[in-house]
Amino acid sequence: MTIMIRQETFDPWAMLDEYQKNMSQLHGQYGATAVFVGTMRDFNEGDNVSEMFLEHYPGMTEKHLENICLQATGEYHLLETLVVHRVGAIKPNDPIVLVAVWSAHRKQAFEACREIMEDLKSKAPFWKKEQLKDGQDRWVEKNTRGY
Amino acid sequence: MAIYVKFFASMRDLMGDDRIIDTAIVQQNSINNVDDVWNYCADGKQLSANVLIAVNMDYVDAQNEVKDGDEVAFFPPVTGG
Repeated sequence: MTIMIRQETFDPWAMLDEYQKNMSQLHGQYGATAVFVGTMRDFNEGDNVSEMFLEHYPGMTEKHLENICLQATGEYHLLETLVVHRVGAIKPNDPIVLVAVWSAHRKQAFEACREIMEDLKSKAPFWKKEQLKDGQDRWVEKNTRGY
Repeated sequence: MAIYVKFFASMRDLMGDDRIIDTAIVQQNSINNVDDVWNYCADGKQLSANVLIAVNMDYVDAQNEVKDGDEVAFFPPVTGG
Protein backbone atom coordinates (compact mmCIF):
# COMPACT_ATOMS: atom_id res chain seq x y z
CA MET A 1 0.00 0.00 0.00
CA THR A 2 1.36 3.40 -0.97
CA ILE A 3 -0.08 6.84 -0.18
CA MET A 4 1.54 9.91 -1.73
CA ILE A 5 0.67 13.58 -1.25
CA ARG A 6 2.53 15.60 -3.89
CA GLN A 7 3.24 19.28 -4.43
CA GLU A 8 4.55 18.50 -7.92
CA THR A 9 2.53 17.59 -10.99
CA PHE A 10 2.65 13.93 -12.02
CA ASP A 11 1.86 11.63 -14.92
CA PRO A 12 -0.56 9.03 -13.50
CA TRP A 13 -0.06 6.58 -16.36
CA ALA A 14 3.74 6.62 -16.15
CA MET A 15 3.51 6.30 -12.37
CA LEU A 16 1.10 3.38 -12.68
CA ASP A 17 3.33 1.63 -15.22
CA GLU A 18 6.40 2.05 -13.00
CA TYR A 19 4.54 0.98 -9.86
CA GLN A 20 3.13 -2.16 -11.45
CA LYS A 21 6.51 -3.15 -12.90
CA ASN A 22 7.97 -2.95 -9.39
CA MET A 23 5.29 -5.25 -7.94
CA SER A 24 7.20 -8.31 -9.13
CA GLN A 25 6.27 -10.33 -6.04
CA LEU A 26 2.60 -10.08 -7.13
CA HIS A 27 3.05 -10.86 -10.82
CA GLY A 28 0.82 -13.80 -11.64
CA GLN A 29 -1.41 -13.25 -8.61
CA TYR A 30 -3.56 -10.34 -9.73
CA GLY A 31 -6.10 -10.67 -12.49
CA ALA A 32 -7.67 -7.22 -12.20
CA THR A 33 -6.42 -3.66 -11.92
CA ALA A 34 -8.97 -0.87 -11.45
CA VAL A 35 -7.85 2.73 -11.86
CA PHE A 36 -9.44 6.13 -11.27
CA VAL A 37 -7.76 9.37 -12.39
CA GLY A 38 -9.27 12.73 -11.45
CA THR A 39 -8.25 15.74 -13.57
CA MET A 40 -8.83 19.47 -13.04
CA ARG A 41 -11.57 21.04 -15.19
CA ASP A 42 -11.54 24.65 -16.39
CA PHE A 43 -15.15 25.21 -15.31
CA ASN A 44 -17.23 24.79 -12.15
CA GLU A 45 -20.68 25.96 -11.05
CA GLY A 46 -21.11 27.78 -14.37
CA ASP A 47 -17.87 29.80 -14.07
CA ASN A 48 -14.54 29.61 -15.92
CA VAL A 49 -11.74 28.50 -13.59
CA SER A 50 -8.12 29.43 -14.38
CA GLU A 51 -6.29 27.84 -11.43
CA MET A 52 -6.88 26.08 -8.16
CA PHE A 53 -5.08 25.76 -4.84
CA LEU A 54 -5.46 22.48 -2.97
CA GLU A 55 -4.91 22.59 0.80
CA HIS A 56 -4.69 19.58 3.09
CA TYR A 57 -4.25 18.74 6.77
CA PRO A 58 -0.73 17.27 6.96
CA GLY A 59 -0.75 14.11 9.02
CA MET A 60 -4.51 13.63 9.18
CA THR A 61 -4.87 13.38 5.40
CA GLU A 62 -2.29 10.61 5.16
CA LYS A 63 -3.71 8.85 8.22
CA HIS A 64 -7.23 8.94 6.80
CA LEU A 65 -6.16 7.68 3.37
CA GLU A 66 -4.22 4.83 4.97
CA ASN A 67 -7.29 3.86 7.00
CA ILE A 68 -9.50 3.90 3.88
CA CYS A 69 -7.04 1.68 2.00
CA LEU A 70 -6.59 -0.73 4.91
CA GLN A 71 -10.35 -1.08 5.26
CA ALA A 72 -10.79 -1.70 1.52
CA THR A 73 -7.90 -4.16 1.49
CA GLY A 74 -9.59 -6.22 4.19
CA GLU A 75 -13.08 -5.98 2.74
CA TYR A 76 -12.14 -6.73 -0.89
CA HIS A 77 -9.01 -8.88 -0.42
CA LEU A 78 -6.86 -6.42 -2.35
CA LEU A 79 -3.32 -7.39 -3.21
CA GLU A 80 -1.99 -3.84 -3.60
CA THR A 81 -3.25 -0.25 -3.40
CA LEU A 82 -1.83 3.04 -4.68
CA VAL A 83 -3.27 6.50 -3.91
CA VAL A 84 -1.60 9.69 -5.18
CA HIS A 85 -3.10 13.15 -4.53
CA ARG A 86 -1.87 16.60 -5.54
CA VAL A 87 -1.78 19.62 -3.26
CA GLY A 88 -0.67 23.19 -3.95
CA ALA A 89 -1.22 25.18 -7.15
CA ILE A 90 -2.98 23.20 -9.90
CA LYS A 91 -3.82 24.16 -13.48
CA PRO A 92 -6.63 22.87 -15.69
CA ASN A 93 -5.84 19.47 -17.22
CA ASP A 94 -3.41 18.64 -14.39
CA PRO A 95 -4.11 15.26 -12.76
CA ILE A 96 -5.39 15.71 -9.18
CA VAL A 97 -5.79 12.15 -7.94
CA LEU A 98 -4.86 8.59 -8.87
CA VAL A 99 -6.43 5.57 -7.16
CA ALA A 100 -5.33 2.12 -8.32
CA VAL A 101 -6.08 -1.26 -6.80
CA TRP A 102 -5.03 -4.79 -7.70
CA SER A 103 -6.99 -7.94 -6.89
CA ALA A 104 -7.50 -11.47 -8.14
CA HIS A 105 -10.89 -10.71 -9.73
CA ARG A 106 -12.58 -7.66 -11.33
CA LYS A 107 -15.57 -7.40 -8.99
CA GLN A 108 -13.37 -6.69 -5.98
CA ALA A 109 -11.15 -4.30 -7.94
CA PHE A 110 -14.05 -2.24 -9.37
CA GLU A 111 -15.86 -2.00 -6.06
CA ALA A 112 -12.79 -1.23 -3.96
CA CYS A 113 -11.56 1.48 -6.32
CA ARG A 114 -14.99 3.12 -6.23
CA GLU A 115 -15.27 2.86 -2.46
CA ILE A 116 -11.80 4.33 -1.84
CA MET A 117 -12.52 7.20 -4.23
CA GLU A 118 -15.93 8.01 -2.74
CA ASP A 119 -14.55 7.93 0.80
CA LEU A 120 -11.67 10.18 -0.25
CA LYS A 121 -14.10 12.68 -1.81
CA SER A 122 -16.39 12.79 1.22
CA LYS A 123 -14.01 12.42 4.20
CA ALA A 124 -10.30 12.96 3.41
CA PRO A 125 -9.27 16.45 4.58
CA PHE A 126 -8.50 18.34 1.37
CA TRP A 127 -9.97 21.71 0.34
CA LYS A 128 -10.02 23.42 -3.06
CA LYS A 129 -9.81 27.17 -3.59
CA GLU A 130 -10.60 28.20 -7.16
CA GLN A 131 -9.22 31.22 -8.99
CA LEU A 132 -11.80 32.34 -11.53
CA LYS A 133 -10.94 33.86 -14.90
CA ASP A 134 -12.53 37.15 -13.81
CA GLY A 135 -9.93 37.42 -11.01
CA GLN A 136 -12.12 36.39 -8.07
CA ASP A 137 -11.32 33.43 -5.87
CA ARG A 138 -13.58 31.19 -3.78
CA TRP A 139 -13.50 28.04 -1.67
CA VAL A 140 -15.32 25.09 -3.20
CA GLU A 141 -18.06 24.40 -0.65
CA LYS A 142 -18.88 20.77 -1.36
CA ASN A 143 -18.19 17.84 -3.64
CA THR A 144 -20.84 16.39 -5.89
CA ARG A 145 -22.26 13.04 -4.79
CA GLY A 146 -20.68 10.10 -6.59
CA TYR A 147 -23.47 7.57 -6.12
CA MET B 1 1.58 21.56 27.87
CA ALA B 2 -1.39 23.11 26.10
CA ILE B 3 -4.26 22.49 23.71
CA TYR B 4 -3.29 23.20 20.10
CA VAL B 5 -6.11 24.56 17.93
CA LYS B 6 -5.97 24.51 14.12
CA PHE B 7 -8.25 26.05 11.49
CA PHE B 8 -8.22 25.04 7.84
CA ALA B 9 -9.48 26.51 4.56
CA SER B 10 -12.50 28.83 4.98
CA MET B 11 -12.45 28.28 8.75
CA ARG B 12 -9.03 29.97 8.85
CA ASP B 13 -10.51 32.93 6.94
CA LEU B 14 -13.24 33.11 9.59
CA MET B 15 -11.21 32.42 12.73
CA GLY B 16 -7.69 33.63 11.90
CA ASP B 17 -4.46 32.00 12.94
CA ASP B 18 -4.06 28.73 14.84
CA ARG B 19 -4.09 29.06 18.64
CA ILE B 20 -2.27 27.54 21.57
CA ILE B 21 -4.30 27.47 24.78
CA ASP B 22 -1.89 27.13 27.69
CA THR B 23 -2.64 24.63 30.44
CA ALA B 24 -3.28 27.39 33.00
CA ILE B 25 -5.89 28.97 30.71
CA VAL B 26 -7.48 25.57 30.06
CA GLN B 27 -7.89 25.09 33.80
CA GLN B 28 -9.03 28.67 34.52
CA ASN B 29 -11.71 28.49 31.82
CA SER B 30 -12.83 24.91 32.53
CA ILE B 31 -12.14 23.81 28.96
CA ASN B 32 -13.23 20.17 29.00
CA ASN B 33 -14.58 19.42 25.53
CA VAL B 34 -14.43 20.58 21.90
CA ASP B 35 -17.38 22.91 22.39
CA ASP B 36 -15.49 24.65 25.21
CA VAL B 37 -12.43 25.03 22.94
CA TRP B 38 -14.59 26.61 20.24
CA ASN B 39 -16.28 28.99 22.65
CA TYR B 40 -12.91 30.10 24.03
CA CYS B 41 -11.59 30.85 20.51
CA ALA B 42 -14.71 32.03 18.72
CA ASP B 43 -15.40 35.42 20.29
CA GLY B 44 -19.15 34.78 20.20
CA LYS B 45 -19.29 33.16 16.75
CA GLN B 46 -21.60 30.15 16.51
CA LEU B 47 -20.20 26.74 15.57
CA SER B 48 -21.96 25.96 12.30
CA ALA B 49 -23.54 22.50 12.02
CA ASN B 50 -21.56 21.68 8.87
CA VAL B 51 -18.14 22.35 10.45
CA LEU B 52 -16.08 19.17 10.81
CA ILE B 53 -13.98 18.56 13.93
CA ALA B 54 -10.96 16.37 14.58
CA VAL B 55 -9.09 15.67 17.79
CA ASN B 56 -5.60 14.25 17.30
CA MET B 57 -6.52 13.73 13.62
CA ASP B 58 -9.63 11.60 14.24
CA TYR B 59 -13.14 12.84 13.49
CA VAL B 60 -15.18 13.61 16.62
CA ASP B 61 -18.25 15.63 17.57
CA ALA B 62 -18.41 18.83 19.61
CA GLN B 63 -19.06 16.98 22.87
CA ASN B 64 -15.82 15.01 22.63
CA GLU B 65 -13.61 15.52 25.69
CA VAL B 66 -10.24 17.22 25.28
CA LYS B 67 -7.15 16.98 27.45
CA ASP B 68 -3.79 18.63 27.80
CA GLY B 69 -1.64 18.04 24.73
CA ASP B 70 -4.54 17.45 22.33
CA GLU B 71 -4.65 18.93 18.83
CA VAL B 72 -8.15 20.16 17.95
CA ALA B 73 -8.96 21.06 14.34
CA PHE B 74 -11.99 22.81 12.84
CA PHE B 75 -12.59 22.74 9.10
CA PRO B 76 -15.33 22.96 6.44
CA PRO B 77 -16.71 20.04 4.39
CA VAL B 78 -13.90 18.45 2.43
CA THR B 79 -13.50 18.92 -1.34
CA GLY B 80 -10.59 16.78 -2.48
CA GLY B 81 -10.35 14.39 -5.39
